[in-house]
Amino acid sequence: MTPVPRARLSADTAAMDRRDAAWYVDRIAQWLVFAGGVSAIVFIVGIFVFVTREGLDFVLGSLNLREFFGSIAWRPTSNNPTYGALALIVGTASVTGFAMLMSVPLSLGVALFIAEFATGKTRETLKILVEMLAAIPSVVWGFVGMSIMNPLIIETFDVPVGLNVMNAGLILGLMAAPIMTTIAEDALKAVPDSYREAAEALGATRWEVIWKVVIPASKNGILAAVLLGVGRGFGETMAVLMASGHAINLPTSPFDSVRALTATIAAELGDTVQGGNHWGALFTLGILLFVVTFVINLTADIVVRGIGKE
Amino acid sequence: MFTATPRNRRSYRVQNVARAAFFLATVALVIPVLIIVATLAVKGGPAISWEFLFTPPRDNLTAGGIMPALVGTIWLVVVALLASVPVGVAAAIYLSEYAPDNLLTRTINLAIINLAGVPSIVHALFGVGAFVLFFGAGTSILAASLTLAVMTLPVVIVATRESLQAVPPAFREACWNMGATRWQTIRKVVLPNSISGILTGVILEVSRSAGETAPIMFTGATAYIVFLPQSVMDQTMALSYHLFYIATQQTGVPEELTFGVALVLISIVLLMNAVSISFRVYLRSLKKW
Amino acid sequence: MVESGVGAGAGKGDRGPLYAEPPTIEVRDLHIAYGGRSALSDVSFDVYRHEIFGIIGPANSGKTSFLRALNRMSDFVTGMEVRGDVRINGKDIGDWRNVYALRSRIGVVFPLPVGLPMSVYDNVAFAPRLRGIRRKSELDDVVERCLTRAALWDEVKDRLDSLGSLLSGGQQQRLTIARALSQEPELLLLDEFSIAVDPVTTMRIEDVLRELRSELTIVLVTNLVQQARRLADRTAFFLNGTLVEIGKTEHLFEGRVNDERTSHYIEGRFG
Repeated sequence: MTPVPRARLSADTAAMDRRDAAWYVDRIAQWLVFAGGVSAIVFIVGIFVFVTREGLDFVLGSLNLREFFGSIAWRPTSNNPTYGALALIVGTASVTGFAMLMSVPLSLGVALFIAEFATGKTRETLKILVEMLAAIPSVVWGFVGMSIMNPLIIETFDVPVGLNVMNAGLILGLMAAPIMTTIAEDALKAVPDSYREAAEALGATRWEVIWKVVIPASKNGILAAVLLGVGRGFGETMAVLMASGHAINLPTSPFDSVRALTATIAAELGDTVQGGNHWGALFTLGILLFVVTFVINLTADIVVRGIGKE
Repeated sequence: MFTATPRNRRSYRVQNVARAAFFLATVALVIPVLIIVATLAVKGGPAISWEFLFTPPRDNLTAGGIMPALVGTIWLVVVALLASVPVGVAAAIYLSEYAPDNLLTRTINLAIINLAGVPSIVHALFGVGAFVLFFGAGTSILAASLTLAVMTLPVVIVATRESLQAVPPAFREACWNMGATRWQTIRKVVLPNSISGILTGVILEVSRSAGETAPIMFTGATAYIVFLPQSVMDQTMALSYHLFYIATQQTGVPEELTFGVALVLISIVLLMNAVSISFRVYLRSLKKW
Repeated sequence: MVESGVGAGAGKGDRGPLYAEPPTIEVRDLHIAYGGRSALSDVSFDVYRHEIFGIIGPANSGKTSFLRALNRMSDFVTGMEVRGDVRINGKDIGDWRNVYALRSRIGVVFPLPVGLPMSVYDNVAFAPRLRGIRRKSELDDVVERCLTRAALWDEVKDRLDSLGSLLSGGQQQRLTIARALSQEPELLLLDEFSIAVDPVTTMRIEDVLRELRSELTIVLVTNLVQQARRLADRTAFFLNGTLVEIGKTEHLFEGRVNDERTSHYIEGRFG
């Protein structure tokens, strides 16, 4: 047995310890995917920057906050233009509110049915149907509002106009339902089975388990689901544009036509002069929409995070 | 052995009422979808023909087919995919394979949630401000597709991340222990075993972007052009915008025609979704470990 | 220099540990912690060439952490901190600029067998391909040799195309060993390899390890005291993140120990 001189071993390892092509490829790949990850931040910041950039002149120049939030006079094309967004804000709020009134109980009911009662094939089928519901494009929903719901509402309620808060609200409710159902169901499913078993062992019925154990344990997730539903309704554009009647109006009943923030941008941007006050005002509505949905999403995220802490 | 006490009977009644109520909610959600699809099929079905699909519109959009809109939608979707799939997959790989649990990662996740949550019309404004004006793409397929790409990026990221994370961590460690770099591990073990899940997400994105209207209406879609697009710098018709336009802006369009366009659009979207879903169900039935 | 490739030493007979040579692994003042919680502290010892070095001890005694530190898998584990000196063949592992090259010289076998979700053939050809071997004949050769050495060839030679991840547990564990051998490692680390394996397979793998000793250095972490007795030249006893005792295996099992906790563990009074 001849002892191996250490110097030779070291030389050997030194030869092996080279940064080869694979090492560099790995490095490059790491940077590329990192860039991909960071791009999400770049895009969301980019959205804010570019929308603000176009709206900034208006915000700094012609924007009168009291008029913007206090007046219903949205007359961007008159000789003496006014930019009162109150009616648009109320329009969006009324349609979203009507939608939530219908959609929140409905979605939670569906989520509870799927999570707690349905089993096997029924469960899978229902989840697929909910997914299909989410897939229907908003322009098709808008078309449905115009061509199917409109005559239906006129006939059923004997009102002159069927394009109104109710029509857009119902459509929006159906559109927001899938996301609320999915998130709420996830939250319900996240409640450990041991909770249910413990309660059932104490003699509670399925309903009591749900009402007293499962719902309290998943209330954060359910709240997040509702928030995201609100966000979805708030930001919906085409369906609301087509089904709400698009009339500047402070609604007093579900049968009044209204106009939404999103719809206003969609309807008017094509006819405005780039860089003008009207243009800037529409981008300012965009900033408002961005900020509100950002806050809603952020809140939902914080609420969901709360689950982890418990 | 045990007799039901009044309390027990009552709570079972409550339970049955609850179950019935939840079931009704489910029916209330599902029925409208079926009614809508059925109505579109009945009213739009007669309009569908080879001629409808493969000729351009005539007489101020009140007659003829939808060929340019159909082709335009394909252009928009394909260019959007080319832009968003590489970026989305890279982002998902970063989040699933590299990202440590730190502030940056949480910020990225929040950004993704917000990209998905920002209203489509705000994406449209972004598209106008950034791609049409700032980067000088003008109203073109390129600008519209990039807007769609940014908007649907979360779809790709979320689906890809999910399928990457479905690959058990033990496989990665086994590769690392053999001296594979992270990238070699991803390319040779993680990606091959999640490619089908990624594809599912991509199909879902196709369905999403084919149906969007707001993001394209000021960035590249146009109401009436009989020529097919020749390059990404051209404007184009698109199915979704076409439906909006003939339903709201154009008078004298026969009802059948409008329903026909709606039917084609919803068929494409639901078909893509069905493909994506059945693909997923099929994948779940294949077990590789 | 002693050749260390698989099969290179075949037929040269059983070679004992080369205590006269510089040690293959030198561990000095090694500390390992996870997020500030210590897993292993103040450990120093040497492992010699052609030695089977056993590490025994109850769960959470720091055995697995030690193996992870050896091939710098700790780089990829968030929150895992390693302090101290580990030299392999005289070179500090922290000095490696290409950590993948370091890992490629060290074969690792896990407690739970991991057959990669690719064909049996591709499993074994994985590491050679990483090294840049492309020729089919050469790969065929490596695959057959490694599977044979791992006592798996006869069972899988007719289905080299089937998925490695769908073999039985015992077969997957031998596949893992074949894969480790395909790296032509100088060092083989085994972490409680018999946990998910039936006794017959365990015995077959133990025979394989005895043969391999003439070609490489083996660190065997085991939860089975008797396995250390059967295989290891020297054995270290870890307890609660400290090295209690290290000695020739036969001495430990004869009761020639410095710390009575070692005898207690060996005799099965706790564990």
